[in-house]
Amino acid sequence: MGTLFGSGIKRREDPRLITGHATYTDDVKLPGLTYAAILRSTYAHARLKKVNVARAKKAPGVVAVYTGADVKERVNPVPCAWNVPNCDLKTPPHPLLAHEKVRYAGDGIAMVVAESREEARDALDLIDVEYEPLPAVVDPEMAAQPKAPQLHAEVPSNVAFTWNVAGGDADKAFAEAAVKVDLRIVQQRLQPTAMEPRAAVASFNPGAGQLTLWVTSQNPHIHRFLCSVMLKVPEHRIRVIAPEVGGGFGSKIPAYADEALVCFAAMDLKRPVKWTEDRSENYKATIHGRDHVEYVELCGTKDGAITGLRAKVYAGLGGYASTAAPGIPTILHGLMYSGPYTIPNVKGTVYGVYTTTTPVDAYRGAGRPEATYLLERLVNLYARKIGMDPVELRRKNLIAKDKFPYTVATGITYDSGDYQAALDKALSILDYQAFRAEQAKARKQGRYLGVGVTTYCEICGLGPSQVAGAVGFGGGLYDSAIVRVYPTGVVRAYIGGKPHGQGEETTFAQIVADEFGIPIENVEIVAGDTEATPQGWGTYGSRTTAVCGSAVKIAAQRVKEKAKKLAAHLLEANEADLEWRDGKFVVRGSPDQAKSFADLALMANVAWNMPAGTEPGLEATAFFDPSNFVFPFGAHICTVEVVVETGQVKILRYIAVDDCGPQINPMIVEGQVHGGVVQGVGEALQEIAVYDEDGQLLTGTMMDYAVPKASQMPKIETAHTVTPTPVNPLGVKGIGETGTIASPPTVVNAVLDALAPLGVVHLDKPLTPARVWAAIQNGKKGGAR
Amino acid sequence: MKQSITLTVNGTDRAVNVESRALLAYVLRDQLDLTGTHVGCDTSQCGACTVLLDGHAVKSCTLLAVQVEGRAITTIEGLSADGLHPVQQAFWEKHGLQCGFCTPGMILTAVDLLSQNPDPSEAEIRHGLEGNYCRCTGYQNIVAAIGAAAAALRSGKRAGAAA
Amino acid sequence: MIPAAFEYTRARSVADALKALGARNTKVLCGGQSLIPLLRFRLAEPKRLVGIGHLSQLKGITRTKGGVRIGAATTYRELLESKVLQSDFPLIGEVTAHIGDLQVRNVGTIGGGLAHADPAADMPAVMLALDAKFQLQSAKGKRTVAAREFFRGPFSTAMKPTELLTEIQLPALPANAGTAYADFEQLASGYALVGAAAVVARSQGSVTQATLAFTGLSDTPFLAKSAGELIGTKGDAQAITRVAEGAVEGVEANDDIHASSAYRLHLAKVAARRALTEAVERAK
Ligand SMILES: Cc1cc2nc3c(=O)[nH]c(=O)nc-3n(C[C@H](O)[C@H](O)[C@H](O)COP(=O)(O)OP(=O)(O)OC[C@H]3O[C@@H](n4cnc5c(N)ncnc54)[C@H](O)[C@@H]3O)c2cc1C
Ligand code: FES
Ligand code: FES
Repeated sequence: MGTLFGSGIKRREDPRLITGHATYTDDVKLPGLTYAAILRSTYAHARLKKVNVARAKKAPGVVAVYTGADVKERVNPVPCAWNVPNCDLKTPPHPLLAHEKVRYAGDGIAMVVAESREEARDALDLIDVEYEPLPAVVDPEMAAQPKAPQLHAEVPSNVAFTWNVAGGDADKAFAEAAVKVDLRIVQQRLQPTAMEPRAAVASFNPGAGQLTLWVTSQNPHIHRFLCSVMLKVPEHRIRVIAPEVGGGFGSKIPAYADEALVCFAAMDLKRPVKWTEDRSENYKATIHGRDHVEYVELCGTKDGAITGLRAKVYAGLGGYASTAAPGIPTILHGLMYSGPYTIPNVKGTVYGVYTTTTPVDAYRGAGRPEATYLLERLVNLYARKIGMDPVELRRKNLIAKDKFPYTVATGITYDSGDYQAALDKALSILDYQAFRAEQAKARKQGRYLGVGVTTYCEICGLGPSQVAGAVGFGGGLYDSAIVRVYPTGVVRAYIGGKPHGQGEETTFAQIVADEFGIPIENVEIVAGDTEATPQGWGTYGSRTTAVCGSAVKIAAQRVKEKAKKLAAHLLEANEADLEWRDGKFVVRGSPDQAKSFADLALMANVAWNMPAGTEPGLEATAFFDPSNFVFPFGAHICTVEVVVETGQVKILRYIAVDDCGPQINPMIVEGQVHGGVVQGVGEALQEIAVYDEDGQLLTGTMMDYAVPKASQMPKIETAHTVTPTPVNPLGVKGIGETGTIASPPTVVNAVLDALAPLGVVHLDKPLTPARVWAAIQNGKKGGAR
Repeated sequence: MKQSITLTVNGTDRAVNVESRALLAYVLRDQLDLTGTHVGCDTSQCGACTVLLDGHAVKSCTLLAVQVEGRAITTIEGLSADGLHPVQQAFWEKHGLQCGFCTPGMILTAVDLLSQNPDPSEAEIRHGLEGNYCRCTGYQNIVAAIGAAAAALRSGKRAGAAA
Repeated sequence: MIPAAFEYTRARSVADALKALGARNTKVLCGGQSLIPLLRFRLAEPKRLVGIGHLSQLKGITRTKGGVRIGAATTYRELLESKVLQSDFPLIGEVTAHIGDLQVRNVGTIGGGLAHADPAADMPAVMLALDAKFQLQSAKGKRTVAAREFFRGPFSTAMKPTELLTEIQLPALPANAGTAYADFEQLASGYALVGAAAVVARSQGSVTQATLAFTGLSDTPFLAKSAGELIGTKGDAQAITRVAEGAVEGVEANDDIHASSAYRLHLAKVAARRALTEAVERAK
């Protein structure tokens, strides 16, 4: 390894960000720019009887108004791009603008384009919509009942798919088991809340037939592909630029009607068009996450060996199937039911259900937090039932480190792991026994302390393209890089991924600078512009470092091989006699016979004296397709005190031990853990999207949706173990989502541990003081669960 | 109805022709091209739009431009005439940002916070950020950065006083 | 979110503002921290706004014969920084630190907050507990309304559309008074789920005066009648608990996604107990 890999150097993207000189999508300004505003349904479910835009069209500054009827023949619906096989998936068309029916409060009905933001907004008030209200249904379990209001004519009982997973014989295991536990768990709907709302700016050059779209995207190549489908414009005529992106957390993966409409209008009007969401619009029109109602069971022996798990899950999809929606509660959820444990028998059924709500798609962790949560809750319940310490029970069932690669009952194969080591480390940071003693003492004083311990593993670094194809993902999951050396010896790497906070402009530069032995200042990473970067599949699923970073490494190696060939030629030496030392190829034994990287960069680019048969230039492209996913893992511990009088939960300590393999930049890894954990703690303690029974979102602004604030969040203690993966040349695993995956059950189990003496057995997230207090009252009455 | 007003922005007098209803955040962004001021919400909560008004942190999405006529506004672009302000430097050093969207507002709030309380405790820093949301960092490194900036500013003052 | 169009006038004086307020569909804009969010959502669409936040006549904190006078356009930050309030009415600073955030406190004003009469705002309970008087002024003249008569319902007060709240008068507290505020915040907005303000005076260990006021609990902030029962007691835990329990009896508490009415009532008792206990402690 070189000198930069493993060092926590300052981020290279920061100077522009801390001085206000970054360009986010809404910062893009073009000559002749117009502004769009979208009229959204106020009803959750209704037939559209009339949409009258005559007054709006005449309003000052209005350039155009489009309705569903205007656009439906000229564009295709929003595609669903993860067509999970063998589950009878039904994805009825999702029109860019509704024309017959609206299916959630927020469904687009009309778009106004005007000379200014203000005029566009004013004109929305002049559109008359006549609705014929239909009954709403917001709960996925209720929506799947035969008499529930039906959203789509072609989807009876609103069930979009029924997906099964099985390994071993779970029914038999349960029939024979000595101990069984079960829970009904509601994994509440969440609002992703990237701090930058979505935005799109489109510009069309009618002479060249070229469309350019600046968009808040985690995956510009996917946006190019899906916009091409929606707009019926060939892909090579579309350039997608994702400039600075202010967070995504999954919400900027999907293709939305909005950006396609902006493109459509730009082409139709031959003027650039900008659209930017308001936050309250974001809460209605940008995807939500989670939304499961689960019936889950675990069985095992009296001495704590888990023998089986069963799950029946109703996963809400919202009004339409968003881009990746079907894959989230299935492939990324159900396949992970056994987590880090040896569970020989697993059986799960997941119903994807349409409800009259905002579409649900990937939100940080996407499917794995739900899997980890239900499993960790069951494990604790099981431990409680047999009177075993929950840590002991986990130890007993963890997959041993000498068993990797390990194939679990659901059929996937974990790459590498040492789960016990991570658990040991976390326990020793806390001093688990000392805490148990303190807890016992506190209880005598009427204070309620609790501890939650989670062991987890997760699936990320998505993933082999062949598997993507087999599971119906509408794209590849390889990634790419072009490493290009300029004549003066500076280097740019053009990558297929699109970092938006994760710091790859720094970590990838560390990889490149190490490879060439050059100062990091001489390296620049370019991302986000489909015109400059090779085909890639975006930044999500904690895949960018593992997959795209590997492509960077391989491309850099290829460049170096070519440089070596050139060095041998120029030094009139054998390639085999060259060694790489201090940024130079040196002839072994003759230290003054050397060619530096800069010399070779110049010579390759001017090509005055190339070896026979070698092309000029010094660059290489690599497409890296991993042989498997990666499976980071770890152990998280949280200790809490519950103020029984008010139901308030105070986190005393939060300890995160994660293993993502070797760390390119430990400072950045730590930052990812902090952010991930806080997002999960938010989920555990305060975040919830609430609809009323008419399908109105009651948490439609930040006044009601409790995004975690600094004063509400704990300090996080981080530590790591290092277990490389064999599936990529860097040995790295993902770290972007582990915090969000591990923390919800850790916090909830800690609170339930604290409340155990009060008879509280179950609580659904988020554990707001109001809920905790109510559970305590209920527990006192003996009515827990 | 538009009217012409003058604002002192980052030390320079700027005349702008604005509608009465124009929010300061949009005037800065759209008319003065100071796009470092961000808009992250519509209920005055997130603080992405924070600027300094006569040195005090305010939410520019919750002020009419006409309301602050004649007053001095500092945006992130104008915080430091040359080089980085100690708060900016500390955010960089301590990895106090990821996507950077909340960052200008965080930094400007921190500047005001530290002018009121040069040696805040961790709890005081966290309380001081009540009006600034960050979805990326989990706040920990932001809190660390502000603590470090406070120390740097204090020692800078001492050095200044000694000189 | 863009407000509907309106005309804006920057008042040159209080008289000027009062004149402007005579026109129909006109609202005053002080700090704007409550009004501008409403405008952005078009929940308010006034034709005209009159800016008053800059008027020095409406600012400042001064001792008077009978107590302290606070100009309506005084910002929360100015309240926090006021030496006069720190010594005479520490309760004001205590509650103000809970209001909004640093940026909101830099701009938001005490008068604007009171005039807005948000049922979950913190300051109204304190005004009731301190028995504040509000001076209202219109083109026709001035009148004084007790805080206890001022709040009429959610976002509704005794003020007429043509009136301006110009100052808040706080009658001096007895020398041996203790005050306290206890609240529970709504997790998202930071407004009070429930807040309780207490003022207690003691003489030779016995309580001689006690007031307790709530906010957030129901449609309007209100004074708890039971507080009087503390008078004559030692202000011991038992007496306080009795008062706290009695304070919410028969109250129809708000019920929403953030807290059930049962939980709000419970929190109200806890807040009342904490505020009274603290106030008794401080009344020395
Ligand atoms: C993010 C945020 C968080 C907040 N959190 C809290 C909280 O936790 N607790 C809390 O109590 N409050 C909270 N507030 C509200 C805050 O207290 C008020 O917004 C502020 O004090 C209002 O003062 P202003 O000068 O800005 O009023 P403006 O917004 O200018 O005016 C408010 C209303 O009062 C009228 N008005 C203003 N001044 C006068 C006057 N002198 N005479 C007659 N009418 C007048 C206006 O016409 C308008 O209807 C919060 C606000 C925000 C934005
Ligand atoms: S944009 Fe101003 S507070 Fe959110
Ligand atoms: S760094 Fe992304 S919101 Fe703070």
